[in-house]
Amino acid sequence: MADLIYQPITQLAAALDAKQISAVELTQAVIARTKAVNGRLNAFNSFDEADALAQAGASDARRAAGQGRGALDGIPVGLKDVIAVQGQPLTASSRMLAKFVSPYDATVTQQLKRAGAVLWGRLNCDEFAMGSSTENSAFGPAVNPWDLTRVPGGSSGGSAAALAAGTTVATLGSDTGGSIRQPAAFCGLVGLKPTYGLVSRFGLVAFASSLDQIGPFARTVEDAAIVLGAIAGHDERDSTSYRATIPNYRAELGGRRGPWKLGIPKEYFAAGLDPEIGAAVERAIAFYRSQGCEVKPVSLPHTQYCLDTYYIIATAEASSNLARYDGIRYGHRAAQASDLVDLYARSRAEGFGAEVKRRIILGTYVLSSGYYDAYYLRAQKVRTLIREDFLRAYQEVDALLTPTSPIPAFKIGEKSDPLAMYLCDIYTIGVNLAGLPALSVPCGFTSGGLPIGMQLIGQPFNESGLLAIAQAYERAHDWHTRHPSL
Amino acid sequence: MSQPTEFNIDHVAQLARLALTPTEKAQFAQQLGDVLHHIEQLGKVDVSSVEPAAHAFAVYNVWADDIPQPGLTVDAALQNAPAQRDHMIVVPKVVE
Repeated sequence: MADLIYQPITQLAAALDAKQISAVELTQAVIARTKAVNGRLNAFNSFDEADALAQAGASDARRAAGQGRGALDGIPVGLKDVIAVQGQPLTASSRMLAKFVSPYDATVTQQLKRAGAVLWGRLNCDEFAMGSSTENSAFGPAVNPWDLTRVPGGSSGGSAAALAAGTTVATLGSDTGGSIRQPAAFCGLVGLKPTYGLVSRFGLVAFASSLDQIGPFARTVEDAAIVLGAIAGHDERDSTSYRATIPNYRAELGGRRGPWKLGIPKEYFAAGLDPEIGAAVERAIAFYRSQGCEVKPVSLPHTQYCLDTYYIIATAEASSNLARYDGIRYGHRAAQASDLVDLYARSRAEGFGAEVKRRIILGTYVLSSGYYDAYYLRAQKVRTLIREDFLRAYQEVDALLTPTSPIPAFKIGEKSDPLAMYLCDIYTIGVNLAGLPALSVPCGFTSGGLPIGMQLIGQPFNESGLLAIAQAYERAHDWHTRHPSL
Repeated sequence: MSQPTEFNIDHVAQLARLALTPTEKAQFAQQLGDVLHHIEQLGKVDVSSVEPAAHAFAVYNVWADDIPQPGLTVDAALQNAPAQRDHMIVVPKVVE
């Protein structure tokens, strides 16, 4: 097979089943590709060749014995370095966890292993998933394969860069405010943030627990459906996990044809939107209309408050979650301390990077005595209003269509001001506050050759419908078949 | 809404158990002042009759039957502890 490294799961699974390739050959191909390009991309924090080849060998043995486990058996899947794999490093791209080795698997890791996937690589990200560019990494920034002077997005930038560069076949990221969808848009991939509660968070390094969700990056919508099918489902070890029968997302893709009612929230096409991105999304809207979809303007009137609400709630939850890093039970421990409190304060000061410290400080402040009502409680109330905006829109439409990011991939070092960086997330954070499923799908390129993504936002737990709407577009366009020259 | 001028970086850093350098304190105070200024606009929203949302969906306490499950071995639980002795974690003296 030519271009093994850029084939989607569906093609590779067929080739594996037909014995045209073996899982070991496929894994050797991604290992060789990783070694050839990762020096330029810095998408991997670490990888374990022997372990991956052993997994691939076991997959080949299963298939030879007629015990193949389906589409993911033998497929290399990379994990963002915030998802635990037993016996492998788990750094969250932080000095704090530089020496940490996971004593257990995350639930999604167990599910991927059960599906036969070959777990390949620990993928770079912003430290503790806090950032929009993968520049806040103790391992140095990851780079966008489409333009090595630009960021791959963040926080799951390594997951996006690794897949776009053909060093793996699918990846997992985590999305707290856009950390899957924005890097998917920057790197020309499909990236799906599931409904809050659909995918277990057990074994995910916690950032903001009421917002975090794990989800897939994939080359095609169908591939995303395959990976989602493997990782979705109720888990007793995550008390926010949703009890529901998980549909066969891949099979359901075939049965859903539309036409759909699509809402265009006017607030997502406001000042600050790059004109080339706006034009590409307008063309996508015209496509859906040409397919018989009813497209109508809707309003999400509290959109302007999403960013502030998000940065209060996310930092408050982060300051609480990251209190566990005390230098005692695990993580970095300062060498010299006068007493216990001094040990905490020094270990944390030495272990955390600047953005993590900034967010802990902000989160601590908004939760502190005298400020709680004015900031945190008020933000929780505005969150209710933001969620109601979406639910009101869904009385009229099946899904919403917006740009994923107001700008294409920016230059490394371009956004040194924290507030400027936070503003990159304005089209993605409302989805997390409302707990909705959303995905980014490629919808064009800028004149400079950078990928553009559009965001489709669905109704709670209707991932099947969301994927079908995205696939209808994907089938009529070839953006997803282009690859960076690297 | 509270004024950003009330933002006392020393006090907050102490609450957060973060030993910041003077340079970090100056930088964070300025940057977070900008962020807090931006956040001021939330004060314009009428939330007088709105219930707060801790989660996007209602989340209830989950009860599990009290059945022993296999857990980590002591060695596995302690494998990442930076200072330990005889299967115990070492901490600075906390009582005189």
